[in-house]
Amino acid sequence: MHLAHYLGLLHRAQVNLADAFRQVAEAHADEPDVQHLCQQQAQRCDAHAEQLRPFAARYSEDAPAEPDRLHSQLFTGTRTGGLGLLRDLQDLYLMAAECDIAWTVVGQAAYGVRDKDLLATVQGCEGETAIQLKWLRSRMKQAAPQALVVAD
Amino acid sequence: MVDRIADPWGERTPYGPGQEWPVRVDRFLDGDRTEADVDRWAQSASILHSNGDAMDIAVAGGRIVGVRGRAVDRINRGRLDPKDLYGWQANHSSDRLTRPLVRDGDRLVETDWDTAMGRVVARSKELLDGPGGWGHFGFYTTGQLFLEEYYTLGVIGKAGLGTPHMDGNTRLCTATAAAALKASFGTDGQPGSYTDVDHCDAIALWGHNVAETQTVLWMRMLDRRRGPNPPAMLAVDPRATPVAREADLHLAVRNGTNMALMNGLLREIIQRGWYDPDYVDAHTLGFEELCRTVDGYPPSRVADICDVRAADVERAAELLGTCQRLLSTVLQGFYQSNQATAASCAVNNVHLVRGMIGRPGAGIYQMNGQPTAQNTRETGADGDLPGLRNWDNEQHIAELARLWNVEVDTIPHWAPPTHAMQIFRYAEQGSIKLLWISATNPAVSLPDLSRIRRILKQPELFVVVQDLFLTETAELADVVLPAATWGEKTGTFTSVDRTVHISEKAVDPPGEARADLDIFLDYARRMDFRDRDGAPLIRWTGPEEVFEAWKECSRGRPCDYSGITYERLRGGSGIQWPCNDDHPDGTERLYTDGRFNTDPDYCETYGQDLATGAEFTEPEYRAKEPNGRAFLHVVDYQPSPEVPDEEHPMLLTTGRTVYQFHTRTKTGRAPQLNQAAPEVWVELNPADADRLGIVEGDLVGVSSARGAIQARARLCGIRPGVVFLPFHYGYFDQDPAERTPRAANELTITAWDAVSKQPIFKVAAVAVAKLADGRGVPSPAPTVGGSEPPPDADVPATVGGPAAQATSGKE
Repeated sequence: MHLAHYLGLLHRAQVNLADAFRQVAEAHADEPDVQHLCQQQAQRCDAHAEQLRPFAARYSEDAPAEPDRLHSQLFTGTRTGGLGLLRDLQDLYLMAAECDIAWTVVGQAAYGVRDKDLLATVQGCEGETAIQLKWLRSRMKQAAPQALVVAD
Repeated sequence: MVDRIADPWGERTPYGPGQEWPVRVDRFLDGDRTEADVDRWAQSASILHSNGDAMDIAVAGGRIVGVRGRAVDRINRGRLDPKDLYGWQANHSSDRLTRPLVRDGDRLVETDWDTAMGRVVARSKELLDGPGGWGHFGFYTTGQLFLEEYYTLGVIGKAGLGTPHMDGNTRLCTATAAAALKASFGTDGQPGSYTDVDHCDAIALWGHNVAETQTVLWMRMLDRRRGPNPPAMLAVDPRATPVAREADLHLAVRNGTNMALMNGLLREIIQRGWYDPDYVDAHTLGFEELCRTVDGYPPSRVADICDVRAADVERAAELLGTCQRLLSTVLQGFYQSNQATAASCAVNNVHLVRGMIGRPGAGIYQMNGQPTAQNTRETGADGDLPGLRNWDNEQHIAELARLWNVEVDTIPHWAPPTHAMQIFRYAEQGSIKLLWISATNPAVSLPDLSRIRRILKQPELFVVVQDLFLTETAELADVVLPAATWGEKTGTFTSVDRTVHISEKAVDPPGEARADLDIFLDYARRMDFRDRDGAPLIRWTGPEEVFEAWKECSRGRPCDYSGITYERLRGGSGIQWPCNDDHPDGTERLYTDGRFNTDPDYCETYGQDLATGAEFTEPEYRAKEPNGRAFLHVVDYQPSPEVPDEEHPMLLTTGRTVYQFHTRTKTGRAPQLNQAAPEVWVELNPADADRLGIVEGDLVGVSSARGAIQARARLCGIRPGVVFLPFHYGYFDQDPAERTPRAANELTITAWDAVSKQPIFKVAAVAVAKLADGRGVPSPAPTVGGSEPPPDADVPATVGGPAAQATSGKE
């Protein structure tokens, strides 16, 4: 059973997203809303990762060796300026999207394995990831015209 | 005669539930004048607070010589606020701007209108040339102009320049009111009426020191409290304000924890069965999620978070849960605090779950902080679109495009209009290159003032300031345009409870000062803005023409003015919108049938996630099938962006005194008002003061991560661990060479609510230390209002003396 691998993938994706949210918060502290909400969402990712841990442990015994190329690297550090902000938010968006689809995949597996606890966890968390995507999209929509068309 | 400095609220005229509020006409005339000395009276309403009190301006010899309340008006029934009685004198101040000024190196020099406007227009045309030119313009306006002026400015911005970068200082005072009304009920628009005070059996004041911010509304509440069968009263405020002292129950919550309190109160109301299941079923959405979330806030947890007694949380819930006609009023203690929109929506929730909306006595005031803030919102001179339209609804934008005869895509609608703090951020980054500030003073009123001054001083930012005086902001401008004010120009404006008043020109403005409307129209003419057919975009020449055009813009929208004319506003009482063919005499209360403005084609927003501000899309909104039902929004409590730490162990909150308005541009120039509260002070709890070795009158330093100020200490009833500073005091009346830091906003944090984008002025971590001994001289804080000292303190009472004698009588 390969579920443990996907739980590991999602867990690491949440940990990475938390870390990236914190880095973006720090790099763009002059954008107070970005700083505050990124810090807030980092905590949300921490909580998601924490909730996944018991399930990763539960299914790890049945897992074969971890396959190659399971994890992906979506974030290599922050940038500066208006365009940099947009680009950093885009990185966060892609990372949150990875979490979003991974919740869907793990949720499907939870149905398959008839694990009601895991399903409840997925259902509790996936909505919060969806809100992260939505917030990032709203913020980028607001910033894009000024960054791409107006700024020198 | 009555000294309305010593007694801002005047004599009581008690009345009982369902009775008409008795008339009491307040009057103040200059010197020894009597009504016989008055040549004529010009009709108007108050511009020095947000209550909308109607008055007549006395004119003699071509000068304003006093004011009198209008007995016929539904809002004040003749009463006036002390700021109105005395504040008009500022119009005559010798330092009024009478000629335009332009920058010449480090000086501002007088010039003529052609030169000043020529500079503004030349820079505008230069910036507008090329792709993205619209994005170099930012407009920061106010809540103190007239409807006609805002609408004109809105059209200039949206259809002339095509920029979304326009907001008002209403962002600081009333953005959360609008956001909470939209989120709960679908559109902006106050459900209640001031007459709800006449009928209610309980009044809950949520972060609202109404006694000092809207004195006439407080008179109405006090008159009910002194009459038969008075309403119960609940106050939520960290300070011992006059409201808190009057209330039957005062919850002095820790700043920034309103959300936890509201969740706890809603939990009690629901668990004890004090809600109305039929109303909830028929008229609301989201009850199950509300129950799920508030379930986590038992009184003991609320007591821990908010630092109040659990038993008091239960008592408050009982007061709210067992009354029959509940009136709520909300202001800056919620709007400028942590989780502002969510907490204000929770007040709406209390009314929705109890079915306390849309009938006499059962009302909500999501208040405004400024006299014409309602119009900034309605006309789209702030972060809203004209006629309370939805920026994300293509049909709404198409309506505006038809009305203005421009292409749909001329009007920016790719995102919500840019909020004030973001406008200043773009200016800081250099992408906004022209910032036009009208009738507001951000160099004193925005958070983190050293940053704001730095932005305004940037050489590459062209700053236009339109004002009455050389304010702290105007000092930093490239062009200063001298404006006419209240009493010197004609226009209309609208109170919190949707009452529209006319304000007539009584006298000519001084020197070459011009009405704000004329300045905007002049700019539009010089810029030669054109519509789709090549005709002038803006063809209006005076306020009544603009009002008639605005009526068409408002037609069919919640703020429908189509049945109102200047003629109808003259002579009688103000009229409440909507006023149209169906409601020819206006509308006292909204949502009387429990049907809300949440229809997807009609609503002003498709909704936002209250924790992050994430925007929902039209399909997502439609899928909720609101069908005229209101939304019960709920979020969990989250701590504020800034909490005390070792270095800054105390919490700062800021606010108003009854004697001053905003940055004292006018009230600081009215002798009676200014003498009552001439200088900044800091309020401390006696226990904190004792620990810090501070006594009444000592000079105290207050510092935050942003800056530091000095103020003399008033020991009073504020909650322990919290200090209060009035935000009125800037620097215009200090010697430029010897300015000592005293503006509260040197300390406040640049942070805002995720939904309303209103800055969080009420929660900043600060350190407090004694700087110098007061040698027994008390602080300059008034003894009236929130700064009232304890009874045993040896502090002389605040009085106005002979110069403040006003008349007040029942007619």
